[in-house]
Amino acid sequence: MKAPAFDYVKPRSLAEVFDLMARYGDDARILAGGQTLMATLNMRLSDPKILIDITRLQDLSRIEVRPGVLHIGALVTHTAIESSALVAEHAPLLAAAAPHIAHRAIRNSGTWGGSIAYGDPAAEWPCCLVALDGTVVVQGHGGQRRVKATDFFQDLYTTDLKPGEIVVGSEIPVMTRNHWCAFDELARRHGDYAVAGLAVVAEFDGTTARKVNLGLLGMGVIPLRAPRTEALLAGKVLDAGTIEIAAASLKAELDPLPDLTHGADTKRHLATVLMRRLLSAAHASRAALAI
Amino acid sequence: MSSTQMITVTVNGQDRCCHVEPRTHLVDFVRNDLGLKGSHLGCEHGVCGACTVEVDGRIVRGCLTLAVQTEGCRVRTIEGLSDDGDVRDLQESFVRNNALQCGFCTPGMVMAAKELLETRPNATRAEVREWMSGNFCRCTGYHAIVDAVCETLAERAKKRAA
Repeated sequence: MKAPAFDYVKPRSLAEVFDLMARYGDDARILAGGQTLMATLNMRLSDPKILIDITRLQDLSRIEVRPGVLHIGALVTHTAIESSALVAEHAPLLAAAAPHIAHRAIRNSGTWGGSIAYGDPAAEWPCCLVALDGTVVVQGHGGQRRVKATDFFQDLYTTDLKPGEIVVGSEIPVMTRNHWCAFDELARRHGDYAVAGLAVVAEFDGTTARKVNLGLLGMGVIPLRAPRTEALLAGKVLDAGTIEIAAASLKAELDPLPDLTHGADTKRHLATVLMRRLLSAAHASRAALAI
Repeated sequence: MSSTQMITVTVNGQDRCCHVEPRTHLVDFVRNDLGLKGSHLGCEHGVCGACTVEVDGRIVRGCLTLAVQTEGCRVRTIEGLSDDGDVRDLQESFVRNNALQCGFCTPGMVMAAKELLETRPNATRAEVREWMSGNFCRCTGYHAIVDAVCETLAERAKKRAA
């Protein structure tokens, strides 16, 4: 189908973006990479009066190291994250997750900020940001605010963004030598929405996991953490016995929403499959270092 | 509302100045306004890959890109790619391997494979399958398409080594 008619503007400054948003309110949509918006327009699920294309705001397309954090601007594309040396060094979880996002042609256009602002519970970036204890930087006429990722995603496609605000970037704590992270997901076909996905960010002291963050996608209305299972893993060596106890805990902790083809039990099971795989890999990697 | 906007865009090396409606996506623009019918429209919501074109050297979904967004950009379609001869070897490999039947998906397949050949010269068969999974072929010719891409990768590697 074809998109309905709308106007299009490409402002030169953030101030201009905020003016337009104030003027048009809910009739305006922000256009960055457009990989979700354009599909919803073509399917006529959305009927805005005006699109505000923010891609001229080049300040928002930077990846840079700031004290203690890696800053990723809202307009950074998935491909740019996939190929960034800074990301590979300081936030390798994102480099691992990027290839799972859709397909190359979409990764070339789609943006980090778009994915965060849309807040799809089955998408990779919100899940990774939540697992990394990252921060979302939002801005409106009143200035900037920093919101913890774990507070930012509130309900299905619903975030802490207030009317007139946009996501301008994110901050991710930089990884150290003691960190281990990995991402995996299970999808029917590469690039499709995953049935289940897991991001693990663990901090080790030798082979003992001081802290293990578990970020889950495709499990609920928002990207989830599993605090009870995380608490159980903290301070443990991730041997086979511990992983089995954690799998039982995760199963009890999750209450997944079924999708069209997968029931809650399937999703719960697949989450434990992913956790077993990733925690075993984490342990093997730390054990190899300790020898 | 939605009056046309003027855009200046370079398509297959030619500068074009056109009036477009903001809602017109890139493939309707190149097909209907410029008469370049090589890029195809399948699903029109970013799933099938038949509309794959290049903007500033990178492949994009033509149905998820507005023509107005390409103001000041370089756009390449299968027509430009074919005329430039950049993928002649890939196209010959498609023919040799019977990698097309009805041909509807082929322009998108060739556009997608081109970026793989350029950015992943050492791609494995598994990586080729993963990369090309963003493009649908409804004649189910995937095996031959992957063969054609792998053969071109191998030929190019041989040429580089020589």
